[in-house]
Amino acid sequence: MSTYVRDTLTVWNRELIRLYRSKSRMLTSLMQPILWLVLFGTVFNQLFTGGASGPSPGGSGLSPFGAVDAKSFLVPGIVAMTVLFGSIFSGIGVIFDREFGFLKEMLVAPVSRTSIVAGKALGGSTSAIIGGVLILGLSTLIGARFTPSLPDAVAVLLAFVTVLLLSFGFVMLGIAAASKITSMEGFQMVMNFLVMPMFFISSAFYPLALMPNWLQSLTYINPMFYGVDALRNCINGSSAASLPVWQDLSVLFGFTIVMTALAVHLFRQSE
Amino acid sequence: MAATGASGVGTPATSTSAGGTDGPVVVANGLVRKFDGFTAVDGVSFEVRRREVFGFLGPNGAGKTTTISMLCTLLKLTGGEAKVFGFDVATQPDAVRHNIGLVFQDESLDEELTGYENMSFHGRIYKVEPKVMGERIEELMRMVELWDRKDDQVKTYSGGMKRRLEIARGLLHHPHVLFLDEPTLGLDPQTRRLIWDYIRELNKAQDVTIFLTTHYMEEADALCDRVAIIDHGKIVALDTPANLKSSLGGDVVLLKIPECKEGCMEALAGVPGVRSVKAQEEGLMLAVDKGDRTIPLIFDVARERGMTIESVVLKIPSLEDVFLRYTGRSIRDTKVEGLDQFKQRHTMRHGMGRRHG
Repeated sequence: MSTYVRDTLTVWNRELIRLYRSKSRMLTSLMQPILWLVLFGTVFNQLFTGGASGPSPGGSGLSPFGAVDAKSFLVPGIVAMTVLFGSIFSGIGVIFDREFGFLKEMLVAPVSRTSIVAGKALGGSTSAIIGGVLILGLSTLIGARFTPSLPDAVAVLLAFVTVLLLSFGFVMLGIAAASKITSMEGFQMVMNFLVMPMFFISSAFYPLALMPNWLQSLTYINPMFYGVDALRNCINGSSAASLPVWQDLSVLFGFTIVMTALAVHLFRQSE
Repeated sequence: MAATGASGVGTPATSTSAGGTDGPVVVANGLVRKFDGFTAVDGVSFEVRRREVFGFLGPNGAGKTTTISMLCTLLKLTGGEAKVFGFDVATQPDAVRHNIGLVFQDESLDEELTGYENMSFHGRIYKVEPKVMGERIEELMRMVELWDRKDDQVKTYSGGMKRRLEIARGLLHHPHVLFLDEPTLGLDPQTRRLIWDYIRELNKAQDVTIFLTTHYMEEADALCDRVAIIDHGKIVALDTPANLKSSLGGDVVLLKIPECKEGCMEALAGVPGVRSVKAQEEGLMLAVDKGDRTIPLIFDVARERGMTIESVVLKIPSLEDVFLRYTGRSIRDTKVEGLDQFKQRHTMRHGMGRRHG
């Protein structure tokens, strides 16, 4: 058992070194979510609250976001998006390793495949989680307000658990795909095809209630939705969310388990 | 296919850990590997003795890499059996992997990591004792003269340096056998010689048996104690390079003597070491045992008889000639076919062969 853990740590350690050496690339990748947050947040605020600095409960009643201002409403979605992109595309590391031969070095070694998958997944999650947390911190700087209905400490803890589960689930999905797809272009294409719809029907931009019924039912099979909704519980409070946080987290947990099993299975097959 | 042991292979001095063997380090018995009906390796049998440098020489697609992959437990055997250091490759793959070092034909380093980081990653996944690891890494990296570059990222290394690092890495966990698949492929001649020196030194200093594949005649000749010539998945000859060459019937001396008077051919045939004399258009062709030693004797006889020798050419058979003799064609114009074509396409697709001198 301890060799499993040790091998996993060894593989993770290598990912961390690589991550550290490419930190500028990672920071650059955060530009996109920051733009989303700043531009959409500002524009949505103008659109729905007539330029007021906060929500206008007694105002026009036009705001679709309930008691939450638009900028703050976007935060859970953008954080989840950062985690989603960072996680799922980290699967490309498997393709890189295959291409540059390092995968062989690991596969020949007396190391279990599960440790290799776990170590790589931890590496991918590390960078995605750092990204998510940075975006969360930045959002307060540009005027987003957190209004959790839970005690602050619990909200923070649950938000972290959400990011962890979301990240691990999508990293595993990325690794599973990379075990099957051998070309980088193919991988990027398939992932974009998956990621964009997942993002748009996740209730990141608009509350579930605004969507037509058929889209709502699609949303319920989208793991991303549960991540956004759990974060919404933690950041905007339960009145802004669609489901109770424990339901969101249970689904995410199940999703992560299934993806892990799938990734380990496909990676083992892929030699 | 006489297996004469003129290579001075010592008897095993140290007894080895459980499962080890005092006999041959690698035993292959009737190895067969098929890919979708194409037979890449077709009943190959051989033994590698302790501490020798054993080479597989053959053209691309002859089955060299396939054989190495089977011995290293990377490919399943279609038929036959193989033992490495006493462990069966089919039933005890983990034990085999612990006892071998492997340097792939294609690069397998993490270029973002430093040389030292690549080494310590390897040491950790092969469970090298942390206490001795630092020392061992330093010893090996000094040996391949990369210690002063240990903290540089591998992407700044030249092709030859990467190869050296891979060879050092392959030895980190004290393997008993080091497998080298085309160790100098794509390297310039100077770097190649340097790598040969390292391989020789490691073989002696690290007490490690070496199994290598190559399609370079000079490489097999310069490095190997014994060479197996492989073609179309079969071993066609196996012996020391010297024996293989002398099996062709010795050296050839070509003499141009304008006035070869009567009795001159007979006189030449009588020189010690000369096996036969034939008159050809360009001159006389003499089959001799050792050209370098026989030529002075021929000159002595010629002078005694007052014959003038206009020119002399000595031809020493190379492994190239041996290959030609056993396969009926030259290794250089061997056509790429079958599996190899597949492999080459595969190689291109995966951007391998990126090694630059």
